[in-house]
Amino acid sequence: MERPTPTPTPRESLPIGRAALLGTLAAGVGGIAVAPAVSRLLSHSVPSAGGLGTLLPGLGGGWRIYSVQYPLPRFDPRTYELRVTGLVERPARLRWEAVAALPGEHQVSDFHCVTGWTVTNVRWEGIRAKTLLDLVRPQPAARFVSFQSLEAPYVDQISLDQFRESDAMLARHMDGKPLTRSHGAPLRLVLPSMYGYKGVKWVREVRFDATEAPGYWEQRGYDTDAWIGRSNGYG
Amino acid sequence: MAEPPARAARIRRFSRTERAAHWLLAAAFFAMLFTGLCLSVSSFEGVLDRPTAKAWHLGSAIALAAGLAAIALVGDRRALARSARELDRYDRDDGAWLRGAPRRVLATGRAAPPQGRFNAGQKLNAALIGGLMLTMYVTGALLWYGERDTTYRFAGSVLVHDWATLALMALVAGHLYLAVLHPATRHALRGMTLGDVDAGWARAHHEKWADAAARDEAERVRSGA
Repeated sequence: MERPTPTPTPRESLPIGRAALLGTLAAGVGGIAVAPAVSRLLSHSVPSAGGLGTLLPGLGGGWRIYSVQYPLPRFDPRTYELRVTGLVERPARLRWEAVAALPGEHQVSDFHCVTGWTVTNVRWEGIRAKTLLDLVRPQPAARFVSFQSLEAPYVDQISLDQFRESDAMLARHMDGKPLTRSHGAPLRLVLPSMYGYKGVKWVREVRFDATEAPGYWEQRGYDTDAWIGRSNGYG
Repeated sequence: MAEPPARAARIRRFSRTERAAHWLLAAAFFAMLFTGLCLSVSSFEGVLDRPTAKAWHLGSAIALAAGLAAIALVGDRRALARSARELDRYDRDDGAWLRGAPRRVLATGRAAPPQGRFNAGQKLNAALIGGLMLTMYVTGALLWYGERDTTYRFAGSVLVHDWATLALMALVAGHLYLAVLHPATRHALRGMTLGDVDAGWARAHHEKWADAAARDEAERVRSGA
């Protein structure tokens, strides 16, 4: 009684179930290789991918836009001001024209998020640490650099040595275009050796500190040094 | 005049083994969905802290695989094998059922081709869920290992993991609608909770199986079992 009666199998039947199952699996595993290209294609063909990409994963060319405050900060070149403060000999307040006029460099680097997604070969243009350091001349006591976002209360801090790494920059352009609003316009920190939560977007203040101060996610349990593959319980 | 043998009012659709596997899968699915949303969707950020969400996400995946293996080991393997076979085989009626499905959704009341214990939609749903589930295991393992060795950190892993999640959510939403809300099909829920369904409902929706079950029953009565 416990075992149910099966349906008698008719003579003419086909094993379509296993074909559908294995076909789905094959599409899924094969999809790993083509998914980034598909995602880029979708992000180009869907005009509102910036907004929609936050709802539907994979529409933003692999990018996912996280923010701690809605709406996202809006950059206005007429009112924007970058402050460079703290332990420096010459604190600076730079209007956008001044920031835009600073010499920049280009690089291609991968972007890794702590939540598991990756965007490879991102083309960045931005200001190297040396340019900023020459401008404001940090005092010897300055050992850390904090980046305050227009998106309060987002802030994060790295060491001065990490800021000096050859592939670290305050980016102004991404993939040949000025940073978009969702990617942190007008200025974001790019630090390819670490997970993306260190890369503060919508930077409005760079402050040189003598002591460590935990950033937004560090206050919520994330590692201070977000080395890719070597932090946050490996991820 | 002798009374005809009373037809069973209810017929058994799922053994305890099949029901255990189903409910384990359901529990693990929702545990993984919830913890996965906590791990990857910013509006869920802070509901569970990251290490806890991750531990439960991985723990549920392992518990599901181990639990299904255990159920197969101690349960009624023959019943499982029969179900697997029935889900695998499609006959002419199944093909007609699938081709006519869009039209039946638009115009209710149209008769569907006679079906076995599983209709063709259920068969297709099972195959897709199985394939997507295995895809989740492959991409999930890559995500897990990619954190330890970044050589295996592929941009596509998380995209496929997410897209498969969306597909599974759509399938499960449809499944829940048919099992809990849709008037014509929601009686089937009884089959997955208590194991048996109303014989009249079975004849209307799963004719070929209900006929076979009636013959089985008549055989049992004849042999005095």
